[in-house]
Amino acid sequence: MSDGPPRFVLASPESDFYWRSGADGRLRIQRCGDCGRWIHPPGPVCPFCHSRRISPEPVAGTGTVATYTVNHKEWIPGFTPPYVFAFVELDEDPTVRIGTNIVGCEIDEVEIGMRVEVLFEESGEWHVPLFRPIQEGP
Amino acid sequence: MPEPLERRAVISGAAQSDIGRRLYRTGIDLTVEAALRAIDDAGLTTADIDGVSTYPGFGGSFGGAMGAELHEALRLSLNWRSSGVETAGPLGAVHNAILAVATGVARHVLVFRTVVEGSGGPLRPGTGGGGGGGTSGSAGPFQFMIPYGAASAACWVACYARRHMHDYGTTRTQLGAIAVNGRANAAANPKAIYTDPMTIDDYLAVRMVSEPLCLYDCDVPCDGSTAVVVSHRDYAPDVPAGAVGVNAIGTAIRGRPSWDQFDDLTSMMMRHTAASMWERTELSVDDVDTAQLYDGFSWLTLAWIEAMGFCGKGESGAFVEGGINIGPDGAVPLNTSGGQLSAGRLHGFGHLHEAVMQLRGTANIGVDDCEVVAVGAGGGPETGSLLLTKGPS
Ligand SMILES: [Zn+2]
Repeated sequence: MSDGPPRFVLASPESDFYWRSGADGRLRIQRCGDCGRWIHPPGPVCPFCHSRRISPEPVAGTGTVATYTVNHKEWIPGFTPPYVFAFVELDEDPTVRIGTNIVGCEIDEVEIGMRVEVLFEESGEWHVPLFRPIQEGP
Repeated sequence: MPEPLERRAVISGAAQSDIGRRLYRTGIDLTVEAALRAIDDAGLTTADIDGVSTYPGFGGSFGGAMGAELHEALRLSLNWRSSGVETAGPLGAVHNAILAVATGVARHVLVFRTVVEGSGGPLRPGTGGGGGGGTSGSAGPFQFMIPYGAASAACWVACYARRHMHDYGTTRTQLGAIAVNGRANAAANPKAIYTDPMTIDDYLAVRMVSEPLCLYDCDVPCDGSTAVVVSHRDYAPDVPAGAVGVNAIGTAIRGRPSWDQFDDLTSMMMRHTAASMWERTELSVDDVDTAQLYDGFSWLTLAWIEAMGFCGKGESGAFVEGGINIGPDGAVPLNTSGGQLSAGRLHGFGHLHEAVMQLRGTANIGVDDCEVVAVGAGGGPETGSLLLTKGPS
């Protein structure tokens, strides 16, 4: 269990997998088995070719910070300011944009264009995807 | 171009209830006050009202009052009633009324928007509002923001503002011009919430909320109701205070209906909304005498300025800097009653009311020879607009 902020996850039948995916350390995004496009948020049908052959598929979990805000207000009790909320665009398809918190660095290190990778915070039955700067090897 | 159907409609009456930070009155009480004033202003009686339209159509602090409550409170006899939140933003209630009148379903439609967010309390977990968030939320799109503490539209708008600054060099000093302009204009509005003078230095010194948005970039919750009467244009000659024409409605929702998945993080749905409005008129942005553009958050006004075409994409920061262009004597006098940042979060209907006052020549800060006003309301994927004229279009 985590001692992090309250993660009010309310999954839909389509998104249930998204919030559980991190149990094996992998982020998954819905993908069309016919046209190959990534679909997010997950839906009942491929919006591009209307195929129903859609299923969660692992992604690398790496991406780029498209934009972010530093919150100075405790919008939800338990989220102690300051904290970063960001949109991350995934490497597989930058039109897949993930809302998340950036962790694992100083607040003032976060910037647009920053390269980040997923990690998961366990919260009850969920594995909530967070992102941190990619740890560059020497 | 065949005549757009909306030109069959006019705004015959407009009024507001008392407005305050906290009035401790019920939403329907305020609604009745605004409605009766607007009906009287239109030279009508409740017996003439045969339609009611409102946004969003539920009670609570954000919803204010239901259409059925007003229907019952005034014992109206209606041919048509409508409400809903899945409109082109709050002005969708006006669009619907205009279309009902234009198609002959109703002749005089009372439109209202009521908020009791001042005494109803600020956004708190589970209450929704603020653009649709709240911590209980739903399994809909907000499920991807709430688990990260992004429970307010402030967080989402801040992300757009940040990217706009990054891509176009927009500064906080430029953004602050929206708040300073609103405050200066609010001083002439007896119903405004905040009227103490504010300088750009005051703006830059106040505390941050969600960077780059500070406290003065966020509008102030209040209690109040705004009502307008939409009538058929053949009633225009009998409107005591002067009919306001509907030249064009802006309703388009052409991108993804989403705060987080929209294709461009430096504009929002108003880009499509305004484009659809200009497609329905022979008028152009150069004809606009004053603009009343939504400022639930100051950056939304920049987005509206660009969407309407008062400047090019990415140029809104430079356009508003120093406040000259948007001041009462500027190229585009903006939010002349103070907007929501200083006059209270009336959810776009304060802007609409001010547009009517300008076209009648009764605004507190009047724009000379005002004949065309652009009104835009909403942010994110929920935006709508109106192009209004002095007299029927
Ligand atoms: Zn497909």
